[in-house]
Amino acid sequence: MSETYDIIIIGGGVVGCMTARFLSRYKLSILLIEKEIDIGSVTSAANTALVHPGYDPVSGSLKAKMNVAAVPLWLNLSEELNFAYERCGDFVVAIGQEELPQLDELVERGKRNGVTGMSIVSGDEMRKREPLINPAVSGALFAETGAMCDPFGVTLAAAENAVMNGVTILRDTAFEDFIIQNKRIVGVKTNRGAFGCRWAINAAGLYSDVVMHKAGVRPEFKITPRKGEYLILDRADFELQSVYFPVPTEISKGIMATNSVHGNTILGPTAHDQDDKEDKTNSESGLQEVLEGGRKLIPCVDPRHVIAVFAGLRAAGNAPCETPGVDYGHDFIVEIPATIQGLVNLGGIESPGLSSSPAIALRVIDLLKDAGEKLVEKSDWNPIRPARPRFRHMTHAQRQAVIEKDERYGRVVCRCENVTEGEIVAEIHSPVPATTYDAIKRRTWLGTGRCQGGFDLPRVTHILARELGISETAVSKKGGDSTFLLRPTKQAEDDHD
Amino acid sequence: MTNLHYDVVVVGSGPGGLAAAISARQNGAEKVLIIERDIELGGILLQCIHNGFGVEVFKEDLPGPSYAQRFIQQVHDLKIDTLLDSMVLETTPDRRLFITNRKLGIREIKAGALVFAMGCRERTRAQIRLPGSRPAGVYTAGTAQRWVNVEGYMPGKRFVILGSGDIGMIMARRLTFEGAKVERVLEIMPYLSGLTRNYVQCLQDFDIPLQLNHTVKRIIGNNRVEAIEAAAVDEQRRIIPGSEEIIPCDTLLLSVGLIPENELSRQAGVRIDPVTAGAFVDSRFHTSVPGIFSAGNVVHVYDLVDWVTQAGLAAGKGAALFAQGKLAVSDKVVRTQAGENVRYIVPHTFDPNLLAEEAIPLQMRVKQPIEAPVWVEAVCNGKSVTRKALPYARPGEMVTLNLKPDVVDSFRESGTLTVNITER
Repeated sequence: MSETYDIIIIGGGVVGCMTARFLSRYKLSILLIEKEIDIGSVTSAANTALVHPGYDPVSGSLKAKMNVAAVPLWLNLSEELNFAYERCGDFVVAIGQEELPQLDELVERGKRNGVTGMSIVSGDEMRKREPLINPAVSGALFAETGAMCDPFGVTLAAAENAVMNGVTILRDTAFEDFIIQNKRIVGVKTNRGAFGCRWAINAAGLYSDVVMHKAGVRPEFKITPRKGEYLILDRADFELQSVYFPVPTEISKGIMATNSVHGNTILGPTAHDQDDKEDKTNSESGLQEVLEGGRKLIPCVDPRHVIAVFAGLRAAGNAPCETPGVDYGHDFIVEIPATIQGLVNLGGIESPGLSSSPAIALRVIDLLKDAGEKLVEKSDWNPIRPARPRFRHMTHAQRQAVIEKDERYGRVVCRCENVTEGEIVAEIHSPVPATTYDAIKRRTWLGTGRCQGGFDLPRVTHILARELGISETAVSKKGGDSTFLLRPTKQAEDDHD
Repeated sequence: MTNLHYDVVVVGSGPGGLAAAISARQNGAEKVLIIERDIELGGILLQCIHNGFGVEVFKEDLPGPSYAQRFIQQVHDLKIDTLLDSMVLETTPDRRLFITNRKLGIREIKAGALVFAMGCRERTRAQIRLPGSRPAGVYTAGTAQRWVNVEGYMPGKRFVILGSGDIGMIMARRLTFEGAKVERVLEIMPYLSGLTRNYVQCLQDFDIPLQLNHTVKRIIGNNRVEAIEAAAVDEQRRIIPGSEEIIPCDTLLLSVGLIPENELSRQAGVRIDPVTAGAFVDSRFHTSVPGIFSAGNVVHVYDLVDWVTQAGLAAGKGAALFAQGKLAVSDKVVRTQAGENVRYIVPHTFDPNLLAEEAIPLQMRVKQPIEAPVWVEAVCNGKSVTRKALPYARPGEMVTLNLKPDVVDSFRESGTLTVNITER
């Protein structure tokens, strides 16, 4: 084994990165491994981008507890880590009189879960607050703690702060197996060799079942990926005032229409179970379902407004709720299993996983303490992850100041979102460096506007090649063989078929 | 922040912008500025290294960069100022611009008159909501064109092109020259969306199959495109079950339409025509905001660069006159109206008094192709004003009807002029 750490975190999604960040406070050597080329690029990059108040999960479930416990942490966390977070409140909108009684049920459940700041809004009031809402609205539940965030930005900020505080992150590093001695995990095998550890934390999301099974834990636990398809609309066409859910169904919160921290309206998600953990394709029927669902809330939505489509997979599990008397079969797992030593096991962290992630991280710390781990705080722990300049959000005077310091901030590379060369270069040389086009896109929001990268793609490819010291033909969308360019022109093909 | 003041400011240095700046200078504007976001003048013409430019204006068949160079030379000769590598961040209805540039930082520029010549952008995969995976290897034809012709890189070796737009067909030929295999061009409509001459010279001459009434059903491949699933469509453009076919390829190029780039125009309060996605303009390309003109593909998507140059010349003249306080305000206005089988007409209005001095070209596109001789006829108050015969009418090819000074008497009052394009 090349190196040994106190803790190895398996998985660099929001849960893994948030756990790394909170654990970085203590005198521990920590390694986080991520199989993808970048952190936060699977479920944490493709979801509804909301922090939920906690009225939705079944009362008594760990989901409800974690969600409600996390809500008060977010404001402070957003100030420390400088990610986009806007507590605008959210609405569950009843269309027609027949949906109205369900709002009362949600309020009751919210109260049982410990949610504060809920109120019922009349149909008239709703029409006043959101002129685009379906005029058949009969009322809405307003929860003031609902918030929009940039979920990748949250994950990245937590990861960067962890790195600032000594955590090692290895990307493109896939878990293969545990090294177990005398029913104790002593290391982790990866595609880049083995690493020793005293504790392993399973934060593998869609693969959390595979990982725990390698430790012989919960052989009956299974992740069934649940696909959600989304549409993003051009903010030039319209902007919603807030976050709107339909009344929920058995399996999901339904297709919602929400504003985002970037100002674009997001519609979605669908909810369809599948076996494949990698299939994030969009389907014609799925996109149609999103459009129709979105129109239930916002009837004026038109296909012409769509500027992007995407799909994400929720890591839906089948763990029974452990609270006596609560009959619920899809709860979170946050535990130290009795059958093996040295494992903190997280599983089934689907929605509200992003919302719950800070509380899950704190619970992991409590579990470690309960298991006798002496956690000693570092005297020099720095909870602040500074924000980097974002040209788009600056006044002209602020822009002038940043260009005077570094002229590359004066060159706009993405015309729709006004992202500058200075910002791209800064991301390539940041604590968790961006090495691919998608990594730049997620960090800067470049290429997400009306032209969808048509203008910036050749320019960003050039900048990535220059800054990374590689050929432009080696620059990729998302690592591996996802390169954009094949060869220089004026050269013969290697093979002719 | 030092503020700058110019009589006429032109945003964009493609054919429309270059012509507007030259014309503004020639029509009496003293201080003229072109703002260009790229590092040299010429706009998209610089990546259009194929020929076919200038047949109308110069009676010569030039490649894009040569066509641009003729105007760039005039810009220098006329001592027109240029700001390269500069992006306009904001415009206001009173014709102030905020730009950013690496060396200058943020600057405010005040314009006596303003010409918007930002051109257009390509429709993307998302706008046509193409299902499937989201790998590398799906590019708009123009992005691929920049890579091949300007940057010097090949984005793939085996291509399928969706859409029979001009850039797509031209790229089919260009990629073939560079040793790639273009499997086929798919077009969802029952007719070509680009010029027939491009079909003949770029596809037919190189045995690249074109399939009308076909589209891409889904994209396959996680990291890089591995194949696309093509399918035939019915009259309602719905996929016909059973017609699916997997075509292995590593790149899908999209040539599925162009959209005038009017974000700055909207900021300035310019009224936009939902049909063209460009500004409402009169025959001088004056928009709804006084002193703001709009020229070229930012008004509507042209088929030939020569017409863009003519539009730029007209807009530049209008801007120069406005800046000098010489733009006559008319008491009469004629509104143009798209009649039978006409999708739109530019200009939207004209001043009939101008018609006494100069011809006014009406430019339009048809809704449906007519593969038989047609009349293009302008009608006012139930009376035919003028008409011309054409051998056919196709959506991919613009139709121009010149209103000549001799019909000025048809417009004694304000009114509406309707153009119909019907079988002869």
